[in-house]
Amino acid sequence: MSTENSNAIDIVDNPHGDHSDHGNADHDHKPKGITRWLYTTNHKDIGTLYLLFALLMLFIGGSLAMVIRAELFQPGLQFVDPHFFNQMTTVHGLVMVFGAIMPAFVGLANWMVPLMIGAPDMALPRMNNWSFWLLPCAFIILLSTLFMEGGGPAAGWTFYAPLSTTYSSDSTAFFVFAVHIMGVSSIMGAMNVIVTIFNLRAPGMTWMKMPLFVWTWLITAFLLIAVMPVLAGTVTMVLTDKYFGTSFFNAAGGGDPVMFQHIFWFFGHPEVYIMILPAFGIVSSIIPTFARKPLFGYESMVIATASIAFLSFIVWAHHMFTTGMPVAAELFFMYTTMLIAVPTGVKVFNWVATMWRGSMTFETPMMFAVAFIVLFTIGGLSGLMLAIIPADFQYQDTYFVVAHFHYVLVTGALFGIISGVYFWIPKWTGVMYSERLGQWHFWCSLISVNMLFFPMHFVGLAGMPRRIPDYALQFADMNAFISIGGALFGLSQLLFVWGVVRCMRGKGIKASTQVWEGAQGLEWEIPSPAPYHTFQTPPSVK
Amino acid sequence: MKRYLSGLRCAAYFPLFMYMLLTSLSLQAETEKYNMTRGATDISHQVYNLHMTIFYICCAIGLLVFALMFWSIVHHRKSKGAKAAQFHGSLKIEILWTAIPVVILVAMAIPASKTLIAMEDASKADLTVLVTGSQWKWHYKYMEYPIEFYSMLATPRDQIDNLAEKTELYLRDVDKPLVLPTGKKIRFLVTADDVIHSWWVPAFAIKKDANPGFINETWTRVDKPGIYRGQCAELCGKDHGFMPIVVDVKAPEDFERWATEQVALQAQAKAEEEKAAQQTQSMEELMTLGQKVYETHCAMCHQISGEGLTGAIPALKGSVIATKDIPAHIHMVVFGKPATAMQAFGKQLTTIELAAVITYERNAWGNNTGELVQVADVVAIMEAGE
Amino acid sequence: MESHKLLVRKLVLICIAMFGFGFALVPLYDVFCRYTGINGKTENTAAPAARRVDASREISVEFLANRDPGIPWSFAPEITRIEVHPGQVMVVNFLAENLSAEATIGRAVPSVSPGEAARYFKKIECFCFVEQPLDSRQKKAMPVQFYIDPELPEQFTTITLSYRLYKSTLSNASR
Repeated sequence: MSTENSNAIDIVDNPHGDHSDHGNADHDHKPKGITRWLYTTNHKDIGTLYLLFALLMLFIGGSLAMVIRAELFQPGLQFVDPHFFNQMTTVHGLVMVFGAIMPAFVGLANWMVPLMIGAPDMALPRMNNWSFWLLPCAFIILLSTLFMEGGGPAAGWTFYAPLSTTYSSDSTAFFVFAVHIMGVSSIMGAMNVIVTIFNLRAPGMTWMKMPLFVWTWLITAFLLIAVMPVLAGTVTMVLTDKYFGTSFFNAAGGGDPVMFQHIFWFFGHPEVYIMILPAFGIVSSIIPTFARKPLFGYESMVIATASIAFLSFIVWAHHMFTTGMPVAAELFFMYTTMLIAVPTGVKVFNWVATMWRGSMTFETPMMFAVAFIVLFTIGGLSGLMLAIIPADFQYQDTYFVVAHFHYVLVTGALFGIISGVYFWIPKWTGVMYSERLGQWHFWCSLISVNMLFFPMHFVGLAGMPRRIPDYALQFADMNAFISIGGALFGLSQLLFVWGVVRCMRGKGIKASTQVWEGAQGLEWEIPSPAPYHTFQTPPSVK
Repeated sequence: MKRYLSGLRCAAYFPLFMYMLLTSLSLQAETEKYNMTRGATDISHQVYNLHMTIFYICCAIGLLVFALMFWSIVHHRKSKGAKAAQFHGSLKIEILWTAIPVVILVAMAIPASKTLIAMEDASKADLTVLVTGSQWKWHYKYMEYPIEFYSMLATPRDQIDNLAEKTELYLRDVDKPLVLPTGKKIRFLVTADDVIHSWWVPAFAIKKDANPGFINETWTRVDKPGIYRGQCAELCGKDHGFMPIVVDVKAPEDFERWATEQVALQAQAKAEEEKAAQQTQSMEELMTLGQKVYETHCAMCHQISGEGLTGAIPALKGSVIATKDIPAHIHMVVFGKPATAMQAFGKQLTTIELAAVITYERNAWGNNTGELVQVADVVAIMEAGE
Repeated sequence: MESHKLLVRKLVLICIAMFGFGFALVPLYDVFCRYTGINGKTENTAAPAARRVDASREISVEFLANRDPGIPWSFAPEITRIEVHPGQVMVVNFLAENLSAEATIGRAVPSVSPGEAARYFKKIECFCFVEQPLDSRQKKAMPVQFYIDPELPEQFTTITLSYRLYKSTLSNASR
């Protein structure tokens, strides 16, 4: 495996020197047509590809969610049968986690990390191309299972054994294969980020001068390297249990289905931080810009991010309190989980302190960042409630949990990404997005997203389990309301697409080099749009 | 810029909005429509109080942080001529806002740990019930009484398919509830036959995963007689949403009476079955009963039309199994097909019901084989074994 | 650049190590279970005999038996409950009968509840240590010889020993 990789690595021999000896025309001028995108090794092109792919997946995953919400609009079975419903919840989760949120972050890292640290490109450009083009392959395979006989994966995105092994449909092998490819893609993306940050920082860009987005991504990349292989191992065990007669998760052969959950969540918990830490970084760039004031507590932000990453490895069993654990283990996982509230709290307090006595304006990126702080905090506080085991016995596997993780992942991770896109798109395209459209997008999203997810807390507390296609009559009003919120939220995102397409077609006011009055950092010192090649000679950082 | 300032001003009222929401929430706490149930046991009351306490603490923290933030948003804006200060850190403040949350967390952890330890009390129980989950029904077995039965969804298929008006207990009612006495410590041993299920009765604050191959343990003591409802809480396949739990808690005398009655009923049913084995039933009798059994036990998967679900559930209409070899058909229904959703119905249905449903499958939907399956045929296959 | 290669090599090694770690979690989990009692797993090897009997208290031991739908046997304990003193060695039979027309191999998987007590449930001899073949229609009384460790914490008064009988994967292979 190591030889394979080192062969594939196309190294930027001389990051700060002349590139003509590289023998690759791509580096000199922008090629035209489809081959530009297929063969590109340019970090900006690849960043764009990742972001567009994530946007497409957001809409595919969103459409699946619309099927779910349509079925749940009223009690009774209206549109789909329960088996298909389960495929929808499963594939919605997989597409959103692995297809939308994670690639969007990798896209932002591709675009912004080299610009922020003054590097000419990512350190391993060919591997960069490969890691992107694996993704469409993985998702074509995953989505094609929905059209196979017996349907796609239906055991939930957490695919608990034995539902995902002995009792799953024949397409399980395709699902496992798709997850493997996604895993390889993520790992390669993460390696690229690590090598870039370690080796290609401009002179004077010391560790503690790096923007927080770079810090959070570095820590995220290490989390990815640590846990994606564990996921690969888990799905491999699922594969061999189903097709090759092993008994990792089958009690009949000396295995244990609960072990699946332990291994899965050993990956799964760091995974949820993989999906939020880069958003912390984005927000930490945006708040100081629009408050025109330096970030409060930079060092404590770095320490808090690292502590969250460390704690993520010792809290996994809080996803499985009801599986029956000894009291001592339950108490341990409850305490460690509660402890995560401390560094997370520090981050929120630092953001608020950054805003305090600033000179704030509220353009769209700032609006999304402020909404992020409020709504992510709501998600964080419900997470704290979920950590309290006796209460968790009541919350576990209800819509309360669904509300919690959608607050963290939609109004947290996704709002973070959207604010980042509005923040940086003038730099990418050279034109300002339409502020009016952006504000419309923001307010429509804010209202609809809360209509969608806030009532889920109440249906969950009142006793509605998650992953059910039909429900008792007392949940009917709330579910109808939630479904309307869902449809509105989905439609609101069309405004986002409109705004982005407008910028991509170059319509709008021309952006200045600095773009934002309060913007600071290397990425704001290059022209807008960012030239195809930047920092060929390293900038000096004071 | 001015255009959306009014929007922002609305956002500044967010804390007020949250406060109103909270007040309305606590008013509605009694209705249980939007909040966790208080439940019917001492433990569930403790859990409810714990839930409300941490909820209020979280709200207080949230309100404080958001209030500060929105105060800043309103006052520290450029349009109001605010000049940005340039401070960027303070060790003292960082230590302070690390330490205060730790104190709050400790304050939350203490009652939580106490309740958890109370929940894990392993003292002697008065009654033990073995709860077994399977796709998609619950089975209850009383260790102290010779009573065991399956408990499955009682909602008619028509209501689920929107062909009939939904009744009040839509998806919440079962054919045979679990019956328990008041005031006794009842121990539940929880396990599963196929995939992982989770036995959840909110009123007892019990949610315990049923893991195939292993047993889990939990307990309750209910003081108030009544009917308590719950449902499966772990995704267990296609009909995960259709396996409710109903617990009927009776006074100890009533429970004893019920238990005696059940033992008598089971004996009576056995005698009737033995009698039926000697007799033959008419096509009409078998088809009428068969249709009823089919619709409650088989139609969820194979569908009322007998056409199954493409790729997932095989069709019975025009199938080899339901039109060719009779013993193979009986064998399939009685013993099931391992590692699939096709269960062994031999344990779940009476021999008359088995004979009827097999006859029905062989003659419905144009499978008109004209063949009758009698109780004696079923008994013969059962005795021959798998 | 050399430093790229070196760093990539290290990162690839971390990946391979973590992939291996995923699999290493399997035996680690077993150790973890034995120690903490997750799923009530017990030692699957013979325990040495008890050193002393604690006559001051009695523990109620319950027996449960159920079978996987895939194995055509009947399977039940001879008695459902006994009272024992910790340290006292007991033998209990589980009765199995192969109801099918073919020889089958069974495998019983034990689980003890409450899980924390599993460590103190000592089996000197058990039919679950080995696979159990039964010919067609053959009946067999399968014994388990056990005692409760006198070190059992005071709060435990009832212990349940449950077996789930599976068709052995070996008998699938022989078919």
